Amino acid sequence: MTAAPDAVQPEVVFVERARYHDVVEEHRRRGFDLCVDVCAVDYLTHPGRTLGPEVQPERFEVVVQLVSTSGRRRVKVRVQVPEADPQLPSLWDLYPGVEAMEREAFDMFGIRFTGHPDLTRILMPDDWEGHPLRKDYGVGRVPVQFKEAPGPR
Amino acid sequence: MTDQTIPPGLVAETAEGPQELLPRDRTSPAELRREVGAVLRLPESHVPGSGDVDLERPGDDTMILNFGPQHPSTHGVLRLMMELDGETVVRTKPIIGYLHTGMEKTGEELTYQQGATNVTRMDYLSPLINELVFSMAVEKLLGVELPPRAVWIRMLLAELQRVSSHLMWLATNGMDLGSTTMMIFGFREREMVLAFFEKTTGLRMNHNFIRPGGTAADLPDGWEDDVNLICDTVVRRLESYDELLTGQPIFRERTEGVGVLTAEEALALSVTGPMLRSTGLSWDLRRAMPYLAYDQVDFDVIVGTYGDNFDRYAIRLNEVRESVRIIRQVLSRMPAGDYRVQDKKVTPPPRARIDESMEALIHHFKIFTEGFKVPEGEVYVGVESPRGELGCYLVSDGSSKPYRLHIRAPSFVNLQALPVMMRGGLVADAVATISSVDPVMGEVDR
Repeated sequence: MTAAPDAVQPEVVFVERARYHDVVEEHRRRGFDLCVDVCAVDYLTHPGRTLGPEVQPERFEVVVQLVSTSGRRRVKVRVQVPEADPQLPSLWDLYPGVEAMEREAFDMFGIRFTGHPDLTRILMPDDWEGHPLRKDYGVGRVPVQFKEAPGPR
Repeated sequence: MTDQTIPPGLVAETAEGPQELLPRDRTSPAELRREVGAVLRLPESHVPGSGDVDLERPGDDTMILNFGPQHPSTHGVLRLMMELDGETVVRTKPIIGYLHTGMEKTGEELTYQQGATNVTRMDYLSPLINELVFSMAVEKLLGVELPPRAVWIRMLLAELQRVSSHLMWLATNGMDLGSTTMMIFGFREREMVLAFFEKTTGLRMNHNFIRPGGTAADLPDGWEDDVNLICDTVVRRLESYDELLTGQPIFRERTEGVGVLTAEEALALSVTGPMLRSTGLSWDLRRAMPYLAYDQVDFDVIVGTYGDNFDRYAIRLNEVRESVRIIRQVLSRMPAGDYRVQDKKVTPPPRARIDESMEALIHHFKIFTEGFKVPEGEVYVGVESPRGELGCYLVSDGSSKPYRLHIRAPSFVNLQALPVMMRGGLVADAVATISSVDPVMGEVDR
């Protein structure tokens, strides 16, 4: 058995939104058979982050972690999603296991995954307003009875 | 909600429809076939066995049964809606979120120093492994290298945690199948491990012991004797579990061939951990992508064949044995040295130094008021928790609080396999199948 690659330093792929689905599909053909994680990040208050060359930063970013069980490798696909049109093709047709993860990203960030079979809220109640993990969504606080009580932390 | 910053456009986006399982006449044919069609990733017309799905069937032929969220057998607040045809389960939909407390949002408000107290509460049956993955992610961003003793202490605690978590699972799984004896047995042995944790960390659960930079303290005096006793007792008592359950005809009949998952389905559904290994695929992050010092210890990855409930039982039972094997190696090879990195910006100074050194006082004050700053960047770290791949995706903007903390919870993802495993099974086996996923709702809902 050869030495395993560094488990925590995956290869990073930046991809534009139009080619996102194709690039992931290409990876799946190359043996990345397990889609471990799909998560979103809201970069509203941290726009100057480090990105690859020629990547136009947008407000949202979706990060997909793929694993090749035969090659013992990881790859991280990062795609920028603009605030004005928060849409992304769903990976559900490639990896059915992303269903819950994409629903969570939608629930928490309001990113719409086109082609997802059941894009409903998953953690918040049906009638919840807003998307709680967005940076402009306040943490909220429990109302207290003192007049001089401090505001949100 | 007291908040005024919600943009008005968001309010319109809240009519996504219900999360519940809808009656047959309000469900599309694609949806009815979904578990079969989706998993095999074929067009509907090519799905083998799609003839099983009788699309013409009227809605009042079947019954939708609501199960949970406050049913004792759902391992917390899991709610399932099952469509039953007599006693056969046709469709299932897990509905989650009843324990959602916004821990990822809370994580953005806590410093890295405080973060471990937050993540440890997610998977409450293996809190130390949650702390481990968070600390590893922070250390990766900081670029600190741990002293060997810290690594080996972490490995010892992680394996003890795996033992306690699997014992708990064996106990509750036995209970779900009607064996109260097994429940008492499992809890009895788990108690020994928890007592050791209490002695080491001060708490039985939610320890906040593994922290960025190492551990909170060294192991207590005489820890070798305690751990030896745990190993000997657990291994001896595993024999009696074998006697009680493994060879017992009733137990075997109720678990063999029930809740079957194939390797292709498991991979497609992103299932990891004992559930994936039960299908015959040898995938264990401790072996495949070693972290800590797992590449220096000897252990076997337990693999099943049929992917049924019995395989998942057998895998967890034998993983306890393998963990004990690792623990024994850690016992004999525990290196001497420091239990945390001596980086004054990351770990607080020893209490005695504060009285005599002005700088130590300043560092102490800085760490506990504003925390330490972590360089800008993003990182994903995955470890093998008792339930599968536990991942931590951490984004730092250079301040002392995470910009984004995301935990990839194994049971959140593994729960998606339930509709596939339950399809065509009996409702009486549903409880055993839920149990064999080993969901921890604190982690599912975060």
